[in-house]
Amino acid sequence: MSLKRIFKLYRTMEMEDIILSFNGIVTADFLASVLHLMETKMQSLDETSKRKKKVFNVLVECIQNLYHHIDDDISLQGKTKKEPRTALIMVVKNKEGFLIQTGNYIERELAIELEERLIKINSLDKEQLRDYYQSVLCNGTVSDKGTAGLGMIDIARKSGNKLEYEFLDIDENHCFFSLNVKID
Amino acid sequence: MENILREGSAKTPAVNFDSASGVLELKGRSIPENSVEFYKPLNDWIENYGANPKEKTIVDIKLEYFNTSSSKCILDLFKKLESLKTKGAEVLVNWYYEEDDEDMEEAGEDYQAIIKLPFNMIEVEEI
Repeated sequence: MSLKRIFKLYRTMEMEDIILSFNGIVTADFLASVLHLMETKMQSLDETSKRKKKVFNVLVECIQNLYHHIDDDISLQGKTKKEPRTALIMVVKNKEGFLIQTGNYIERELAIELEERLIKINSLDKEQLRDYYQSVLCNGTVSDKGTAGLGMIDIARKSGNKLEYEFLDIDENHCFFSLNVKID
Repeated sequence: MENILREGSAKTPAVNFDSASGVLELKGRSIPENSVEFYKPLNDWIENYGANPKEKTIVDIKLEYFNTSSSKCILDLFKKLESLKTKGAEVLVNWYYEEDDEDMEEAGEDYQAIIKLPFNMIEVEEI
């Protein structure tokens, strides 16, 4: 492995305006650390408090989605090595605004459910999204994990943009889920 | 009954539930992984308080932001407060949000649409 890779990676992150990148195990403490890091970053970026809160909010939901829903034990066939509960999380700051990007392995069955939900969310306009949120809030139940099925709806509402996503086939039972959330 | 007085943390809001004055306050951010753990004691407190509520209960919600796991718990909290009305007690919610923070303003309106309690929407410079 060439040491030039480090520079290459650094340049890539620089060119793509990645201000924060993490690849590893998502724990409860991790969220607190990320928020702390982002708070410091935001201060130096001189952002409006409105945008700051949106970024925090979406970041919290994305990370907690990963924390709650990521598989405890995915054993992938083939050459992909993977620790359980691992995910990639990136924050991009460019001229248009912020991008929150996540990537993680997911079981195919769960991917199908998630995709259905994302298709529904993306088909709704602002007011419909609000109605949908309220109906899930009223009628949904809270799981043992404390999740309420509201995460993606909330991310879409806070973002104000359509959610961009992709499911890549990895093997028979697994996909890789990529999510890109824009905050103007 | 005992009051609840808790300091805020990185993930949980400060809580000040005072049975003598009938003022219940939540302040800060609410983003715990498992909100049920955090909110259950608060709900239990309101249930006990409901046995002998003040004539007028004021609920001050001063949240910077909250996660979706908390949103369900906050709804349950409002539902408990709604039930105080059957005892003839008056309950008023003051929903604070920062200037230009449409997200928190909308969040307050969401609860207002679901819960049959009077909401005062109060815009402030900083929470």
